Amino acid sequence: MTNTARFPTPSADAGPDLSDLHWPNDPSEIPDWIYTDQRIYDLEQARIFQGKTWNYVALEVELPNPGDYIRSYIGATPIIVARDEQGAVHAFENRCAHRGVEFCKTYRGSTKQFICPYHQWTYDLSGSLVSVPFRRGVKGVGGMPADFKLDEHNLRSLNVTCRHGVVFASFRDDIESFEDYLGPDMLDQFDTVFDGRPLKLLGVHRNTMPGNWKLYQENLKDPYHATLLHTYLTTFGLFVAGNKTMIMTDAKGRHSTLCNARPQGRPENDTSKQEIRSFHAAMQLADPRVIELIHEKDSPWTSNAITIWPNLILLRQTNILGARQIVPMGPNQFMLIWTTFGYADDDDAMDRHRLRQNNIFGPGGFIGIDDNEAIKFVQDGMQHSVPRHGVAPLGKDVEGPEVVITDRAIRSMYRHYREEMGL
Amino acid sequence: MLNAPAPPPAKPIDRALLRDLRLAVEDFNCDYADTLDRGDIEAWPDFFTDDGVYRLIARDNADANLPLSLMSCEGKGMLKDRAYAIANTEMFAPRYTMHHIAQVRVTDFDDQIVTAQANYIILETLIDEPTRLLQCGKYRDKFLLQGDKLLLKERNCIYDTVLVPTCIVFPP
Ligand code: FES
Ligand SMILES: [Fe+2]
Repeated sequence: MTNTARFPTPSADAGPDLSDLHWPNDPSEIPDWIYTDQRIYDLEQARIFQGKTWNYVALEVELPNPGDYIRSYIGATPIIVARDEQGAVHAFENRCAHRGVEFCKTYRGSTKQFICPYHQWTYDLSGSLVSVPFRRGVKGVGGMPADFKLDEHNLRSLNVTCRHGVVFASFRDDIESFEDYLGPDMLDQFDTVFDGRPLKLLGVHRNTMPGNWKLYQENLKDPYHATLLHTYLTTFGLFVAGNKTMIMTDAKGRHSTLCNARPQGRPENDTSKQEIRSFHAAMQLADPRVIELIHEKDSPWTSNAITIWPNLILLRQTNILGARQIVPMGPNQFMLIWTTFGYADDDDAMDRHRLRQNNIFGPGGFIGIDDNEAIKFVQDGMQHSVPRHGVAPLGKDVEGPEVVITDRAIRSMYRHYREEMGL
Repeated sequence: MLNAPAPPPAKPIDRALLRDLRLAVEDFNCDYADTLDRGDIEAWPDFFTDDGVYRLIARDNADANLPLSLMSCEGKGMLKDRAYAIANTEMFAPRYTMHHIAQVRVTDFDDQIVTAQANYIILETLIDEPTRLLQCGKYRDKFLLQGDKLLLKERNCIYDTVLVPTCIVFPP
C-alpha cells in the first residue's frame, strides 16, 4: 500500500498549458511533439507512471531471501524493491525522508536495514523509519521537535503486486487488480512466459537509448519492421513474413502481443521473401546451436513479444526468456534494463543453451542492435529536422489478429495514451 | 571469479621469459586492435584457436556471479557467425572505433598456455557526433603459444561501462 501521510495521491488535474500543441485529425498521424516536449514528458510521469498503471519493477528471483533488495525505477523515479524478514516484497522510493538523498547506490545486495549515509536516518526493509540519531539532541539541547513521530517520516511506499514471480508496483491504491489490468487474453500470454515455475536469474544488461521511451513500446507493436529490419531473423529462418503470425491487443488497446510460429527447416520456399531486399537465401550458420529450438512449452508459438503498458516488454523467442524494463530519462532518452532468466529446474545444458542463444538480444545482440539503432535514427529525425507528423497508416483497425502487416497496435496504444494524458 | 586478482604463477617464471611473453602479448594486442579499428571484422575470428572462447561481460554480472554475457562465442563457428552477422545482417550507423590497450601483464605460463590481462578503452565516433567513450574494461586472457605465434584460447572482456551507450556493434 502507498503511504499518503506526507505524499498526496498524484493529482491528475492542473496540467501545464499545452494550447500550442494540436493533435492531427487524421487518426493515422502521430505528432512529433509527444516525443520531444518536456511538458509532455512531465505530464506522462504524473498521469501515466504515477497514474493508474501497474509498472514492472523486479523479478522475485532477484530477491530470493529476506533482506535481499535491488535498485529499480517506476517511471523515472528511483525506487528500491526489497524482501522483508517475513518474505513480503516491498517497493519504496529511493529518497531519504530527511534531506532527499538517493541513498541506495548499489545494483543489488542484502541488508537488515537501509541507513542513509548523510545523517544516518535508518529504515527497515519495508521503508519505515526506525531510528534517527541525536533525536534528543546532545545533553538535552537540540534534536528533534518533541512531537516528531518516526512513522510520519517513512519512505514513500508503493502499492505492490506479484504474479508468478514478477513484481509490479503502482503509485495508486485505487487501481484494478493486475489480472484485470491485463485482461484475459494478455494474462494468458503473460502466463506462457511466467507459468508459475520458479525462475533462475542469468543476468542483467543496461543501456541508454537516445530516443523517447514510447518508441520502444511502438517497436514491439510493429510487426511490419520485424522481417524488414531484422535481416538476421529472415536470413536464418527465425521469423519470415510467411510464418504463422498474429498480433492482438487488450480491450483498451494499451497492451499487445505479437506471436510467431517458426517453420520447420529453412524458409527458401516463402514467396514473401522477394519483398525483402536483404534476404540472403544461401546462408547457413557455422554453428546453428544459437538458433536451435528446444521444445519446452506447450505453446503453438515459438515467439511471444508482449508489451505491458507502460514500461515492460516480455520476450520469449525460441528458448530466450527476458523482461525489458523501460526507464524514461527525459523526453529524448531512456534506459533499458534487460533481465534475462531461465527456469530453476533447467539443467546445465539448458543454462548454456539459453546463454548462447542470448547473443540474439541485448545491446550487443544480432537483432538487439538493429532496434536500438533504428530508434536512435527516429529520434535523430525528430530532433534535427522540421517538426511534422509521423504516419502509422498500415492495416485497418477492424481487422483481426492474423493481419500482421499493420500499425493497428500502435494506433490503439495512442488512442489509449490520449485518453490517459487528456490530449 | 572473473574479477578476482590473478593468482601467482604455479611455477616460478624466469624474468627474461616473462618479458618476452609480455612483448608477444603486446604485439598481439596491437594487431588485434588494429584489425578491429580498421573495421576488418571478418579477420577477427583468426585471432582465436578453433576452440577459442570470447565473452563480453558486464562487471556487475561478474561481481554477482551471474553468467550472462553481452556477446559470447564458443569456438570458431560462433566467432565466424558473429563476424558474418556484423558484416552482413546487422543494421547500424557507420562508425569508427579506436582501442587503447594498456597495462599488459603476464601472470602465468604453463604448458604453452599464457595467462595475461590488460586494460582497454574504446572510443567510438559516429558521423556528425563528437567522439565518445564506448567502453572501458579489462581483458582476462588465455593464449596458446604455437611456435612463436599466440592465439586466443579465451578472451573475457569485463567492462566497467555497465550502462552501454545505445549498443555495442563490434566486439571489444
Ligand atoms: S538526508 Fe538522509 S539522513 Fe539526512
Ligand atoms: Fe525489432
